[in-house]
Amino acid sequence: MSKTTSIHARPLSPHLQIYRLIPTMLMSIIHRITGGALYFGIVLFVVWVAAAAASKEAFDLVNAVYGSWFGRLVLFGFTWALLHHMIGGLRHLVWDTGRALEKATSTKMAKASIVISVILTVLVWIAGYAVRGGF
Amino acid sequence: MVQLTLPKNSKVKQGKVWPKPEGAKNLREYKIYRWSPDDGENPRVDTYYVDMDDCGPMVLDGLIYIKNKIDPTLTFRRSCREGICGSCAMNIDGTNTLACTKGMDEVTQDTVKIYPLPHMPVVKDLVPDLSVPYAQLSSIEPWLQTVTPEPATEWKQSHEDRVKLDGLYECILCFCCQTSCPSYWWNGERYLGPAVLLQAYRWLIDSRDEATGERLDNLEDPFRLYRCHTIMNCTQACPKGLNPAKAIANIKKMMVERRI
Repeated sequence: MSKTTSIHARPLSPHLQIYRLIPTMLMSIIHRITGGALYFGIVLFVVWVAAAAASKEAFDLVNAVYGSWFGRLVLFGFTWALLHHMIGGLRHLVWDTGRALEKATSTKMAKASIVISVILTVLVWIAGYAVRGGF
Repeated sequence: MVQLTLPKNSKVKQGKVWPKPEGAKNLREYKIYRWSPDDGENPRVDTYYVDMDDCGPMVLDGLIYIKNKIDPTLTFRRSCREGICGSCAMNIDGTNTLACTKGMDEVTQDTVKIYPLPHMPVVKDLVPDLSVPYAQLSSIEPWLQTVTPEPATEWKQSHEDRVKLDGLYECILCFCCQTSCPSYWWNGERYLGPAVLLQAYRWLIDSRDEATGERLDNLEDPFRLYRCHTIMNCTQACPKGLNPAKAIANIKKMMVERRI
């Protein structure tokens, strides 16, 4: 492009601020966020295992914290992040074969991944409580 | 690098509201991004009212109405007005598309909101500086390359091989897909972007081209090709109904296949 006579630096046009969030874009962002959240989730898991190795008191304490309503909420979120990230990973696996990249198909897959991940998370927790035999 | 917010000189301020056309009954509100290199002001969004009884059906018709009848300083690119030149690519109603093929009735909101193509330096109003994508396009050498002596007539191609170019040769280089891609927003100088990679694929699968290996070598790079994370904004945006995401996936496949 020819040189501009302008003395003012060109501004950057708006991007995230104005782009409409579409399902495939949203699921891509959530895939990243859940991926990051899983690091944190694994720390929780390591703390649990380490406490079990340390002493009975430590293990009881961690179990009490994780078993509180807030602890369970975090664990529920961890379960969802894990399952959603897994489904996202499967989506990428299909895409890597060159399939399911059409406009309508990818949008359907994006919507399905959020629905399926929530359903699976609830199922895992129902199964968990069933095995435990109560709340 | 990822910078989610706009730099200080790019923050969009509220602009002025232009008077409604006299005697008009059927009005459509337009909100348009404005920036002039001459006054040192930040960009702003101006509001206009288009008389729908005196204007064509497309978003571009509305822009031309505004330029002719309300504000002659409004600056935008346009040429063919039928979706073949790619000049009037801009962000309309939150998505990149061509103003000439986007009907005002297709706009989901009452107000027609228009911005330049996202995350680009602005030359003026709706005109972005596309030098970087053009330079990237020339870097993939988008022309037929051969080593065998030129045939006496023409380079022949079977019907089946010609069909492989469908969905690729139709690209008009409007860069709607290129500038819809968040990966391109964050790494625009190193990632080639969907439009350029679709062009790269167009030459990779051309049966007449003999530089396939060199072309793949040139793309084998963590940024140039592999910044594509299948966000799919490109395919959703393309006003010609092409599929850059699929072209990129096919290049990635070629990379794997040539190693086997």
